[in-house]
Amino acid sequence: MADAADPPTERKPRKSVAFSDGATIVDSDGQVTESADMNGGKSSAESHATGDDKEVDEVTDMFANLAKKKKKKSKSKDEDEAPADDGDVDLSALKKKKKSKKPKAETADEFEAKLAAAGGDKADGEAEAEEEEKPFEAEDMLKGKGIWQHESTQPINYNLLLSRFFTLLHSHHPDLSSGSKSYKIPPPQCLREGNKKTIFANISEISKRMKRSDEHVTQFLFAELGTSGSVDGSRRLVIKGRFQQKQIENVLRRYIVEYVTCKTCRSPDTELSKGENRLYFVTCNSCGSRRSVTAIKTGFSAQVGKRRRQQG
Amino acid sequence: MSTQDIQNLKTFDPFAEADDATGDSAKAQSQNYIHIRIQQRNGRKTLTTVQGLPKKFDQKKILKVIKKKFACNGTVVADSEMGEVIQLQGDQRKDVQDFLTDKKEGLGLDQKTIKVHGF
Repeated sequence: MADAADPPTERKPRKSVAFSDGATIVDSDGQVTESADMNGGKSSAESHATGDDKEVDEVTDMFANLAKKKKKKSKSKDEDEAPADDGDVDLSALKKKKKSKKPKAETADEFEAKLAAAGGDKADGEAEAEEEEKPFEAEDMLKGKGIWQHESTQPINYNLLLSRFFTLLHSHHPDLSSGSKSYKIPPPQCLREGNKKTIFANISEISKRMKRSDEHVTQFLFAELGTSGSVDGSRRLVIKGRFQQKQIENVLRRYIVEYVTCKTCRSPDTELSKGENRLYFVTCNSCGSRRSVTAIKTGFSAQVGKRRRQQG
Repeated sequence: MSTQDIQNLKTFDPFAEADDATGDSAKAQSQNYIHIRIQQRNGRKTLTTVQGLPKKFDQKKILKVIKKKFACNGTVVADSEMGEVIQLQGDQRKDVQDFLTDKKEGLGLDQKTIKVHGF
């Protein structure tokens, strides 16, 4: 079977149940669907004869086609349905063996088949709903394993594809998917250089995300932290002093409040530009408001460390 | 007629900060915030500086009270640009802020005039 190819270590525990063994398939399926009812059905299914598998398969195919048309069905209805079906579940090992590795499709089919066996006309819709609600393995989706494998011949329905698309979009371009309102920047990466210097590694990435120049962010950081520093060869910021990631994050947060978010509409989609008279202006791209922001002032900084020879 | 009576000369700053224009207090003090900063020294030692205290307060007296209260040493530094600045040993930002805003035993300043910097 195909699952032999998959190293068991990569799979989640629930999937590590062996599929090759006809007897254990049931357990794995039950876990995948996360439904207690299904489990119950399984045990009974095992005991059942596999004689009418043929017909069931045919019916299932029919329903599979039908199911495509139906988009939405409430899950609650689905759940109501399931226990009723448990009694006369048949179909089992034989059918599953035909299937290739992924447990998801198997369960879906089995469920359809079950419903079909139950003889409900309404079954098709429910089966589809069940398929939709199924938890997808995020890893599989991202890495293209399981059903997402290139050479996998399994038909993938539209909803699965769509959800995969959004999962990928979410992970790669969080700002494109407008699902969440909160403004996110990647967490600052802080490394220690020697004993008393901190390297802020991803400053360019962060400032690009905020649409601000590195220099401006750097200036602000130095002013707030009351220290100085430099930029190294690979555009990382070297800050004098020991700082933790949390501390840098706090300062960045303040920077965002002060220089990035629009005060009127709270949108982070703004631009910082230098106005006519050496004042900085933040222009909002979503509401069009424009406001001046204070220039970054270092303020008083005390003499720290060794004092140089007093002049004068 | 003295200048006090002329309404037109009553100060209203049209260029005051827009977001904290909550009333008269913001107008007068928008320019002179009190900045509380922190600086790192060697090891885990830090230094707190308080800059821009209103002129009506005697910095030395304030320092004396603060030193006693927060059990830290400190000094008043006269800077050429920033005027007199109070320097305190250790991270006293929270303490100083509370002290400045405390009505009973502190200076009773407005919270909005204070800006705390640092991490």
